[in-house]
Amino acid sequence: MESSVEVEPVPVSVRNLCKSFGAQEVLRDVSLEVEAGGIFVLMGPSGSGKSVLLRHLVGLERADSGDVRIGDGDAHLAETRERYRTAMVFQAGALFNSMSVYDNLALFPREHRLYDEQTIRRKVEQVMQVLSIENAGAKIPAELSGGMKKRVSVARAIIMEPQLILYDEPTSELDPILAATTSELIATISRETRATSLVVTHDRDLARSIADRVALLIDGRLVFKGNPDDLVNSSDERVHEFMNPTINPDKPRFRKQDISA
Amino acid sequence: MELFEWIGSGVQLSLKTVRYLPSLPRHWKQLVEQCLFMGYATVPLVAILSVFIGAVLALQIGYSIIDFGVKQYIGTIVGLAMVRELSPVMTAIMVTGRVGSAVTAELASMKVYQEVDALRTMNIPPERFLVLPRLAAVVLVMPVLLMVSVVTGWMGGQLVCEFVPWIGLSSDAYYQSLKEVMTVGDITDGLIKAELFGIGILLISSHLGLRTSGGPREIGAAVTRAVVVCIIFILVFDYFITNLLI
Repeated sequence: MESSVEVEPVPVSVRNLCKSFGAQEVLRDVSLEVEAGGIFVLMGPSGSGKSVLLRHLVGLERADSGDVRIGDGDAHLAETRERYRTAMVFQAGALFNSMSVYDNLALFPREHRLYDEQTIRRKVEQVMQVLSIENAGAKIPAELSGGMKKRVSVARAIIMEPQLILYDEPTSELDPILAATTSELIATISRETRATSLVVTHDRDLARSIADRVALLIDGRLVFKGNPDDLVNSSDERVHEFMNPTINPDKPRFRKQDISA
Repeated sequence: MELFEWIGSGVQLSLKTVRYLPSLPRHWKQLVEQCLFMGYATVPLVAILSVFIGAVLALQIGYSIIDFGVKQYIGTIVGLAMVRELSPVMTAIMVTGRVGSAVTAELASMKVYQEVDALRTMNIPPERFLVLPRLAAVVLVMPVLLMVSVVTGWMGGQLVCEFVPWIGLSSDAYYQSLKEVMTVGDITDGLIKAELFGIGILLISSHLGLRTSGGPREIGAAVTRAVVVCIIFILVFDYFITNLLI
């Protein structure tokens, strides 16, 4: 990834974060620290509040209580995100469907008037080449496969030259090979740009293979923080079940939940 | 309470959009695209409808006043009614159906599929990138649409006066009576109305689009809501603005 620009990585700090939607408590007193330049993987089952936490970091949600900081600035303030460039890779891509892939990638530098049009073209073409999407420039997102959309979404983040990259379920809906490729891509980007990476996923292989630090969120509470090896060897029953779920058709979990409810 | 919140966030959207006005030249491509979509493609619709509105108006007035021997005033009444009232209102209703609904559908779809969130994470305000070019386009095209509506409406009336045998008013007489009473003030009032309707329609449609949450079903619901709210806005606002301009 020779085209990547090295940036000054930025730390992230979440302290006592609480968030509810109506009567539903989504995040309960969540605290975590992400070291500058590291890959932090936040895991948890579906509906545990991972994506909501991520949305706090890009100012899309406001905390009921607690503190979310990027560097030394409040994550909810636009000026913080201007000072510390933050990019997000959305689960479904969130590519602009009315624009070509090229225009999707060129949007950020154009709108922020970072470079002249010739430089933008050169940078976009470099990133497209690195991610092997150079033939997709003229296509619109609807014409792309799921894997291509992910790559375009990652490319759109890289072109921003971010100090912090947030990935929301980057390997969901991908086949195992493409999921592994995406994990490698995240690790490579982190290594070569030095940007801080926060990955929200329930992909255990991704967490085991590329994370520097891992946390596990269940029902809005952090039940584990540590390194990937500790996660795998944890004796906590909830962690163990998440990492090694058994499939038993004779005693299905959903029935168990029904009875207890 | 919800109504106040709705109005408050609508006002906020409007103020934010106006604040970004100096950045409009950067969005000239979008502005041209929107002008073509809103104006060029709406002109035939406005023209066809206005011809028939003018024609029906001339028929009804002719039917009502023919026994009094004052048919020469058909031109006056059609002319003033079109320019001061019917053209602004009917153009606004057509812009609601064609432009307002499309704006709400597009923005609601962008909101539901997280494109608006993506813009925010890139520090690109949706008010600047999405609403401003559309607002500027509607401001530019509304006077054109209004004048098309007025002229074709007058022509509709003229055709009826000329070719309906029991009216039998010549085109010269029709336009003569129209010219005698028409002032620049009448045309200006019509233009003011059309501009205000257009701005209102665009802001309401954008606001409802950007507030949409949920799934594809909510996109349809947002479009319906936008059309209903815009039509109510046009008719209610029309009374007050007419009162003010008379």
